Amino acid sequence: MTGKIETVGVCGAGGTMGAGIAIVAARAGFRTVACDVSEDSLARARKQTEGFFGKSVDRGKMSEADRDQALAGLSHTTRLEELSGCDLVIEAIYEDLQAKRELLGLLDGICGHDTIFASNTSTLSITEIAAGSQRPDKVVGMHFCLPAQLMKLIEMSPGLLTSPETFQAAWAWTETCDQVPVETQDKPGFILNALLVPFNNDAIRAVEAGVAEPTAIDAAIKTGLGYKMGPLELVDLVGLDTQLRLCEAFYPITLDPRAATPPLLRRMVAAGLLGRKAGKGFYTYDRDAMFGG
Amino acid sequence: MKYAIIGPGESRSFPTGDGFRQAAVGEEEADIVVFLGELVSARPDKAAVLVELGTECLGVHTGEPVEPGLETVVGFARYRNGQDDPSPLVELVRRPETNDKAVAAARDMFEAAGLTVVVCGDQAGRIVDRLVRPKYNAALRFLDEGLATQKDLDLTCKLGLGYRDGPVERVMRGGLTRHFDVTSALFEVYGTPAYAPARAAVVAAARRDGGKD
Ligand SMILES: NC(=O)c1ccc[n+]([C@@H]2O[C@H](COP(=O)([O-])OP(=O)(O)OC[C@H]3O[C@@H](n4cnc5c(N)ncnc54)[C@H](O)[C@@H]3O)[C@@H](O)[C@H]2O)c1
Repeated sequence: MTGKIETVGVCGAGGTMGAGIAIVAARAGFRTVACDVSEDSLARARKQTEGFFGKSVDRGKMSEADRDQALAGLSHTTRLEELSGCDLVIEAIYEDLQAKRELLGLLDGICGHDTIFASNTSTLSITEIAAGSQRPDKVVGMHFCLPAQLMKLIEMSPGLLTSPETFQAAWAWTETCDQVPVETQDKPGFILNALLVPFNNDAIRAVEAGVAEPTAIDAAIKTGLGYKMGPLELVDLVGLDTQLRLCEAFYPITLDPRAATPPLLRRMVAAGLLGRKAGKGFYTYDRDAMFGG
Repeated sequence: MKYAIIGPGESRSFPTGDGFRQAAVGEEEADIVVFLGELVSARPDKAAVLVELGTECLGVHTGEPVEPGLETVVGFARYRNGQDDPSPLVELVRRPETNDKAVAAARDMFEAAGLTVVVCGDQAGRIVDRLVRPKYNAALRFLDEGLATQKDLDLTCKLGLGYRDGPVERVMRGGLTRHFDVTSALFEVYGTPAYAPARAAVVAAARRDGGKD
């Protein structure tokens, strides 16, 4: 049986995703324990969270009372043991199968039997992660989008052994948080990355094949299809190194040629042309302004 | 830039009644000649000669290498999903020998008509079809394989990526038979599985060709 979810733990809450997920939980009124191995990261996340809630109040999206309540219900810790009272623990630690399995193994000994474990993994199999736990029926995929505190979508995936009760309870919890869950099988990249990573690769290959300049490719996709961002702008934003990592995670499993790392991507990463964060990728950036291909 | 339109036939880029057709002038007066669904022929006195492309390459019209006198021939297609209204996007297609001034004149003409112009090389599928057809094939395959429901596949793309519409609803609205035709043309050139028409498109085309649709 799965009990009512009242307290939520977030592991890796000092990180990019974890900090956002903790905001989602706290904002929805859940007692939220934000846990991370790094005290510095947690302190930074706490500051960012206060800033985020502050802005939400300024913009009229949240009342001051709700902000105060959310912050009061949000605690930060580096001690995993403090997750013992959680009904749901969402892990958003490094994308490393071994690390995630070990974490679940530790949580087995800390959390109650009814606790649901959710993984925010982007590339790993929920079933493989769940194998690190003695209770794989309690493990579910819960893939938030970046930035988690703003994006409504969550891809929910049951592993092979996930119980329907676990899946339902986790699903219902996301809805309570005013998120929009979709159900996907436990397959590489779920829906979003399974469509996006090969598409972005195709755009990179089109550059390499001399089909058109990056600016023309992005303009064609934005104007023709109404996308907000062109694929090359998007790769620059997420980082070419991230795109490479995604390819390296998916291709060996799916053997889909579109998911294989495009040679140009590999060369650009080797050259340090990582996109926006490096000042140059498919475009050149001056501070935050983009000035051409 | 004044332009004349030759060929009153059907055009995916500029359907009957499109404002672009209405602003055309007679060939005498025109700086540019636009061929819609007609065989292109040289016009040495004009700044550019435009030919509307379907799934074929520009080389089909100009020869490869470009035949003498046809260096001012520029290919174009206005992107359109099935029978949706044509988008503002015009893909201009050039070959290495295509005259730069002809490309610039074509760009000016379309931009003056309020369209967005991109220039690409003469490769099958140009930019948009080259990139979206594999995505549609993948989305249709995912649906067959039970990765998610159509609603969730489309919703994921809309909410997660900010798309106006999801890939499955889009390819279906555009017509599975049209998708079959376009992706088959690309598959003939590239031969990679990405362009092999998805099962649902094969079924739709078989029904059309068997007179069942
Ligand atoms: N970044 C994205 O766009 C994105 C989007 C969706 C999902 N994800 C997934 O989210 C997860 C985290 O990604 P991220 O980009 O936020 O990473 P990150 O590096 O920003 O954060 C990871 C955090 O986990 C902490 N950590 C590592 N091991 C830990 C442990 N054993 N216990 C507690 N904390 C630990 C680290 O100190 C760090 O603060 C990954 O599984 C990733 O695939 C990332």
